[in-house]
Amino acid sequence: MSEKKRETPLLDELEKGPWPSFVRELKKSADTPVIQDLLGQLERSYEEHLGHWKHGGIVGVMGYGGGVIGRYSDLPEEFPHIAHFHTMRVNQPAGWFYTSDALRKICDIWEAHGSGITNMHGSTGDIILLGTTTDQLEPVFSKLTEIGFDLGGSGSDMRTPSACCGPARCEWACYDTLAAVYDFTQSYQDELHRPAFPYKYKLKFAGCPNDCVASVARADMSFIGTWKDDIQMDAEQVRQYAASGTVDIQKDVCERCPTRCMSWDGTNLTIDNSECVKCMHCINVMPKALRPGKERGCTVLIGAKAPIVGGALLSSVFVPFIEMEPPYSDLKELLEAIWDLWSEHGKNRERVGEFIQRVGLGNFLEQIGLEPVPEMIAHPRTNPYIFFGEELHEKQA
Amino acid sequence: MSASPRKTDIGPPHYEQFLPPIIKKNYGKWLYHENPRPGVLVHVAESGDKLYSVRAGTPRILNVKTIRLFADLADKYCGGHLRFTSRNNVEFLLTDESKIDALIEELHDLGFPVGGTGNAISAIVHTQGWVHCHSAATDASGVVKSLMDELYPHFVNMDLPAKLRIAFACCLNMCGAVHCSDIAILGVHTRVPEIDHANLPKMCELPTLIASCPTGAIRPATVDGQQSIHIEEHLCMYCGNCFTVCPAVKINNAKTDGLSIWVGGKVSNARTEPKFSKLVIPFLPNNPPRWPETVEAVKHLVEVYAANARKYERMSEWVERIGWPRFFKLTGLPFTKYHIDDFTHAGETYKRSAQLKH
Repeated sequence: MSEKKRETPLLDELEKGPWPSFVRELKKSADTPVIQDLLGQLERSYEEHLGHWKHGGIVGVMGYGGGVIGRYSDLPEEFPHIAHFHTMRVNQPAGWFYTSDALRKICDIWEAHGSGITNMHGSTGDIILLGTTTDQLEPVFSKLTEIGFDLGGSGSDMRTPSACCGPARCEWACYDTLAAVYDFTQSYQDELHRPAFPYKYKLKFAGCPNDCVASVARADMSFIGTWKDDIQMDAEQVRQYAASGTVDIQKDVCERCPTRCMSWDGTNLTIDNSECVKCMHCINVMPKALRPGKERGCTVLIGAKAPIVGGALLSSVFVPFIEMEPPYSDLKELLEAIWDLWSEHGKNRERVGEFIQRVGLGNFLEQIGLEPVPEMIAHPRTNPYIFFGEELHEKQA
Repeated sequence: MSASPRKTDIGPPHYEQFLPPIIKKNYGKWLYHENPRPGVLVHVAESGDKLYSVRAGTPRILNVKTIRLFADLADKYCGGHLRFTSRNNVEFLLTDESKIDALIEELHDLGFPVGGTGNAISAIVHTQGWVHCHSAATDASGVVKSLMDELYPHFVNMDLPAKLRIAFACCLNMCGAVHCSDIAILGVHTRVPEIDHANLPKMCELPTLIASCPTGAIRPATVDGQQSIHIEEHLCMYCGNCFTVCPAVKINNAKTDGLSIWVGGKVSNARTEPKFSKLVIPFLPNNPPRWPETVEAVKHLVEVYAANARKYERMSEWVERIGWPRFFKLTGLPFTKYHIDDFTHAGETYKRSAQLKH
């Protein structure tokens, strides 16, 4: 069946220029009716300054409530081949490491059963397979599981956890982010695939305080690697950085340290480690000379989210330091206690960060069974409107 | 052929099977790394082994045909091993230093620039936009493509005071770490949604719709004898949350949707604590296919930052040193009432001291 190729003068503009073009990516499949319609509808959006997608209905694979985002064109008569154009989220391998063989298998499945268009990767971390019809969801799923892949999360469930490349390729990883993300993902397959929470719950595993997976901004629970003891130093390498002229140790290192805990006399760098807040700056500047300490673990923070509904939040300290060793029993116990409390008392579409703001961190900790510690706050309260409880006087009596 | 039993809940494949031999051997035993040239990292292990990573930018939307090209390159240069970064770059993992130039040349010929490391602009994290999203106030891929065409020199070089992270989201849902980026571009709706009263009772659950509004602007109402809603216009700040739960409350508006620009966010703990981006341009027109006003504004912000920030100062650290009044003076951007917060805890953003530069 030959269909007339649609003209896309506005999109064609975006094939020009040095940065790789998404239009060129789409046009690599311009011989398929699906991509013809996708380009046609997108061109129309560019003409009209308006999107043409409708909300997702409830579509998915049997037994799962998450992993598929329903998507329909609001111009199905004009663009019939994208009348249904659902997204499938495929749980990425930890740290986004692949073999060429595994990628080819995914490509073959997606070419046979979908648009052939992907995102590598979506914002949460999944492989995004962009655009297929309802009848193809089950065949894609079945073939994916045959090659060892499974769907990720969507809706009010645990979203697909993600991790930085960790100890696979980074000397700063303070715990094994890949092992941790794999373990948590496998432990909570039911929570990932069957939405039963008030809203989404994201876990992100960052190996050090540089936080390359933006966990502090985006995860309901951020696991940020850190250490307790002294920064490891190779004094000779420090001198070599100084001699090479690439680093002005006084200016670039000592004066940029947030607690000014370092001093340099032209030969020796001295660190008052008791004052170090593990910000990573000096280590980032001189990776050959300085390394995180040996007593490693992570800081767990809770409650980050984007603006919808009640405003954006960064996550805040929940557990100042904990060792990250499998099977992570203490952390899982904590996570499950949070999920229980939030599932019972959270409002529909209330993220855990908003829930904590509503009930108060103090009350939340009490319910979870965690002691309040000063690391959790920027400063103690300044307002005297305190909800004192009965136990105040019971203790005194 | 009999079908194999249906598998569910198998989770992702174990990552170990995808790691190259050099990583398996040196897992957790890396000593240090260097960034010898833009887009190339070398990680040195305690064993002395060296792993070279070559990073190339992608448009995030990838055709399977392109992924196969990457797979072929991985076979040719790195034993079939590659990875992707959290910013949609592809990384080839080599052990043979002598193959780097040839790989970079092939990537370049295929149209994928190598860079994005060190004090550079890495690829812009972004959302789906008009390619796939229902609530997009603007396209994402098109704006990002237009921006990166202009910012390209900062991707392939490492000539900025510090790294500069740019993110783009096409509405306030912000499917990306837009709110904590050095420069964030955010699609905004600016008018009260139009209500499709005829379809609303069929399509939406009223209590959920009413509860979805962060400012309580949505009230139940009877319209033409049918149950529907009324929006208190003075309380609506166009977040679109009602549209997400109810398609009959139409937030998208071809005439009044546009883009806003925010600066000075970060997620890393290096030197200063993580922080949100702050509004610097409340509204720019939606102008496809190249969004010239937005591209010009971002390019200008990058140039003013690059010319004025000190070594290692991220955007936020530069602005904090010079102060917001000087930022608006240096950039020439108008300061308006829209820059002043008026949501919950807005007062915490007011300046409450006489410590000012004159």
